[in-house]
Amino acid sequence: MLNSKIPAGPLDQKWTDFKGHCKLVNPANKRKLEVIIVGTGLAGASAASSLGELGYKVKAFCFQDSPRRAHSIAAQGGINAAKNYQNDGDSVFRLFYDTIKGGDYRAREANVHRLAEVSANIIDQCVAQGVPFAREYGGLLSNRSFGGTQVQRTFYAAGQTGQQLLIGAYQSLERQVALGNVEMYNRHEMLDVVVIDGKARGIIVRNLVTGKLERHFGHAVLLCTGGYGNVFYLSTNAMGSNVTAAWKAHKKGAYFGNPCFTQIHPTCIPVSGDHQSKLTLMSESLRNDGRIWVPKAQGDNRKSTEIPENERDYYLERRYPAFGNLVPRDVASRAAKERCDAGYGVGSSKQAVYLDFADAIQRYGKGEVNKRNIQGATPEMITQLGKDVVKEKYGNLFDMYEKITGENPYEVPMRIYPAVHYTMGGLWVDYELMTTVPGLYALGEANFSDHGANRLGASALMQGLADGYFVVPYTIGNYLADEIRVSAIPTDHPAFVEAEREVADRINHLMNVKGKQTVESFHKRLGKIMWDKCGMARNAEGLQQAIEEIRQLKKEFWSDVRIPGEVNEMNPELDKANRVADFIELGELMCIDALNRNESCGGHFREESQTEEGEALRDDINFSYVSAWEFAGEHNWNLHKEELEFEVAKPTQRSYK
Amino acid sequence: MEHYNMNLTLKVWKQKNSQDKGRFETYQVKNISSEMSFLEMFDVLNEELIREGKEPIAFDHDCREGICGMCSMYIDGRPHGPWHANTTCQLHMRAYKDGDTIVVEPWRANAFPVIKDLMVDRNALDRIVQAGGYISVNTGNAVDANAIPVEKDKADASFAAAACIGCGACVAACKNSSAMLFLSAKVSHLALLPQGGPERKSRVLNMVAQMDREGFGACTNTGACEAVCPKEISISNIARLNAEYIGAGLVSEK
Repeated sequence: MLNSKIPAGPLDQKWTDFKGHCKLVNPANKRKLEVIIVGTGLAGASAASSLGELGYKVKAFCFQDSPRRAHSIAAQGGINAAKNYQNDGDSVFRLFYDTIKGGDYRAREANVHRLAEVSANIIDQCVAQGVPFAREYGGLLSNRSFGGTQVQRTFYAAGQTGQQLLIGAYQSLERQVALGNVEMYNRHEMLDVVVIDGKARGIIVRNLVTGKLERHFGHAVLLCTGGYGNVFYLSTNAMGSNVTAAWKAHKKGAYFGNPCFTQIHPTCIPVSGDHQSKLTLMSESLRNDGRIWVPKAQGDNRKSTEIPENERDYYLERRYPAFGNLVPRDVASRAAKERCDAGYGVGSSKQAVYLDFADAIQRYGKGEVNKRNIQGATPEMITQLGKDVVKEKYGNLFDMYEKITGENPYEVPMRIYPAVHYTMGGLWVDYELMTTVPGLYALGEANFSDHGANRLGASALMQGLADGYFVVPYTIGNYLADEIRVSAIPTDHPAFVEAEREVADRINHLMNVKGKQTVESFHKRLGKIMWDKCGMARNAEGLQQAIEEIRQLKKEFWSDVRIPGEVNEMNPELDKANRVADFIELGELMCIDALNRNESCGGHFREESQTEEGEALRDDINFSYVSAWEFAGEHNWNLHKEELEFEVAKPTQRSYK
Repeated sequence: MEHYNMNLTLKVWKQKNSQDKGRFETYQVKNISSEMSFLEMFDVLNEELIREGKEPIAFDHDCREGICGMCSMYIDGRPHGPWHANTTCQLHMRAYKDGDTIVVEPWRANAFPVIKDLMVDRNALDRIVQAGGYISVNTGNAVDANAIPVEKDKADASFAAAACIGCGACVAACKNSSAMLFLSAKVSHLALLPQGGPERKSRVLNMVAQMDREGFGACTNTGACEAVCPKEISISNIARLNAEYIGAGLVSEK
């Protein structure tokens, strides 16, 4: 049934062999082939520019007012690459292995190996574009550590790595716009895929300024639309991040892979009240230098600075001495929840732990004193020099923390708590990044492929750019080579007319409910169900309740939602309603998937399946597969399983002790 | 930090679309927590307006963590409000006290037409980038990243300029609606790096020409742009831009 199209041969030769044998499209034919790209984050912008450079006719769409604003821009810490510039034993194999292990053996080996192979090219490409990565005094690139690894392979630009990488890709994209190879559509949102004779042939979009629906043809359609973390209402995603494009594709036949695999990031600024609209991440890179702790006594209400060293519990260092504060995200998040649930949390809500830089400031301060050969440095001088170093590394994050909380993290430890950050699940794709609908691709966070049940830090940027710069430019040719005889299909084709009519009907339906409750209030309720019952810990009973509650919520939404304004004008509430309606349906599928997967792996923690020490307990005999869900009508899905075969990285119980 | 609640009066620009003349509307908001962000205060107001059957206020926003550059309110005569080096989304209500009146307008500039209420069209900035704000390197052409060493201070200065989020606050603050700080940040980012060398002259000439075509005003060095820039882009970039521009014009080989 599911054909993942993994090339034969040894793991480290598959990609080379694929590239050597895939079909090619000659330059004259490329000019006749049209490609639609939805989303302009790292995956979308890199794909659009690369395919434009190759000569394809590209149309790119984003809902923001400029492609430069896609949420990749908010990624902070860094991007991994197996360069081994540090001479610390890194290699393609180690990056592959760390990623498979970090993903708790639920990712596809061939895809992950390819990701590791192209990782080094990404850094080269970005530097050539002028991405100003951090450098050492000798002028060469600097690296830092991230969770789940023991080498330094993360490239970074202060705490703004995503911004710098996206601007690099955006500039390349704008260059293609200027050259006429890419047509850019800002403030447009995709609301359906058009499928003709079983192949994706275009999309229906809403012009968010005029409210008009538009039809666009493409020989192929690439969804680079990011993740669906906003199903939880509160997440570190941007306010506009949504699942709608992926969900429409799902309802048109694209299987959804591992929807329950959600990453809860351990270091985010805690919720301050009911008004909270989003959560803000404090980069994982901070765990290079910050030490996480809670008081040793339950309910200790003293200020952090009044708690002496011997009354602090550095619980990650205690539980996981080998990796300490740099354990993978899923492990760190659960450990924080465990301490808070047991009554050791800090701050007014008691739903927080400390991330403390006092030691790092002293260590760096002393280092500077030595480097500069300062005699008789006072403690104040050491502290100041240390703060300066910390500021250079993480200044923008510290500023952001202070703006949000009103506390100065150079003086007092940060308070942090886990929050929804990334979704490993997404549209199921084969080795060529094609979904189960021919001609429909999914790249970056929108697909399920590379991170298994848990993504390692600094790997999302790597995957987005790998897919867009170095994978899809090859794999799409393998499909389009057979499409060169297909001339552009006029958008008055019945399939376009019908798809547009369906979209218009749904919009009218939503507008005509004329109920009492706001879209936002439904979204908040959905988020609470998901967080409580399909969040950091899940169990069968809770998931079954959640499915019932979500079905009820869906009925209520479609009978009592209130959307102000008109259809044929700018209407942000209508846009939001479209998105929330899809989140509600996705939420149900996530719970069904979580219920089906009666094992713990990575970020998916089923309380029924844990070791005596409370660690996630995988069940490789029964669950070593990708869940690929086929939409089969309202509240109804068929499960297809892609069995995972580990020829090189043999699954073991993950240990970071 | 002590938290408190407040009641406020908001005077907000309402404009149905680019053709509408527009006007101020006054709103009362109650029980706003000092812990809220400024946009969360707008969320509260909009929820109430929708429940009352009224039209909510349209405003641009997305990441709400100060990096995407989408939010754009002109608050009490200052882009992004009263805090230094800040975006509207990161402004928090502890900046205000009970009983305050706050006036909120869109960015005002000929090159940024109003779309609706507080939303403006900033595509002119994208078109300036299209005119040359890039390094022409196709995917696959790159040499090994460490084959191009870059002096650390130049790399740092380039990064500082590249931190621009393209929000347009510099334009909104400038009495001439000049986009020179935005443009100079992009020119500096690329001119300070060896990779940007080959196109250095054509880039600055083409980008300046596009800026002029878009209807942005001239720079008269008043420094309002730098004072409101959320990312503290230095006005020294404008000096660098001028030097680049003059240099490119004087020795232009075309």
